[in-house]
Amino acid sequence: MDQLNSYLILSAILFSLGLYTVVTRRNAVAILMGVELILNAANINFVAFSKFVTHSLDGHLISVFIIMLAAAEAAVALAIVLNLYNDRRHINVDEANALKQ
Amino acid sequence: MADFIFWIIWALIVASAALVAFGNNLIHSVFALMGTFLGVAGIYIFLNADFLAVTQIVVYVGGILVLLVFGIMLTNKISSAQISQSSVQKWLGLIVVLGVLTIILTAVLPHDWVGSITPMAFNETVAGIGKLLFTEYLILFEIASVLLLGALIGAATLARKEL
Repeated sequence: MDQLNSYLILSAILFSLGLYTVVTRRNAVAILMGVELILNAANINFVAFSKFVTHSLDGHLISVFIIMLAAAEAAVALAIVLNLYNDRRHINVDEANALKQ
Repeated sequence: MADFIFWIIWALIVASAALVAFGNNLIHSVFALMGTFLGVAGIYIFLNADFLAVTQIVVYVGGILVLLVFGIMLTNKISSAQISQSSVQKWLGLIVVLGVLTIILTAVLPHDWVGSITPMAFNETVAGIGKLLFTEYLILFEIASVLLLGALIGAATLARKEL
């Protein structure tokens, strides 16, 4: 727990799982969940480097802003998903390939 | 003891994130995502980030996760509790992602990070974050407030029935 590498490995695994979710899922909400995993992985890295390398609070500040951006992104993305569902009765992103039907 | 708890949380995060990525039931994935978020909050505590740990629980578990559940409930017929989800091109995705993971680990792990020998001792971070927020990061703070307002108005406009 006092090793930077254990946090970096955790963050890399979390990022990979999030990336896998984003590239393979068809459901738009599941893709959003993958994006949240990726943002969490980035946050862990920022805070870990803040503790082990820079010894300052700047990483914490960036993490606060990332969490705020994630909240805004989730709200707007879910509004878009709901519109997509109202329009086509499904939210499979691989079938949503036209701007208008 | 602390070491043991750390590795428990570490395993919890990886296992629940794997369930998010590989699970077949969307509801199970969302609840596994809650495990990931809570685990990351625990990791923040190990990293001396008390304010961030609480923010993580309040914003992610209390806000974003509820939004995601709403998104699932509003876009599926919930008469059947089994809300399945499918994936496309699993093997190709797995190969690409494993490649990315290998690249990240080989790039990051051998590097000798300056100062990584002495981790920062624990101090409470709330006062420091507040000070930085209103001095060095003031512009970012104001832009963030405008962005939140824009996201609020944008989401409300998009979600209306008559667009």
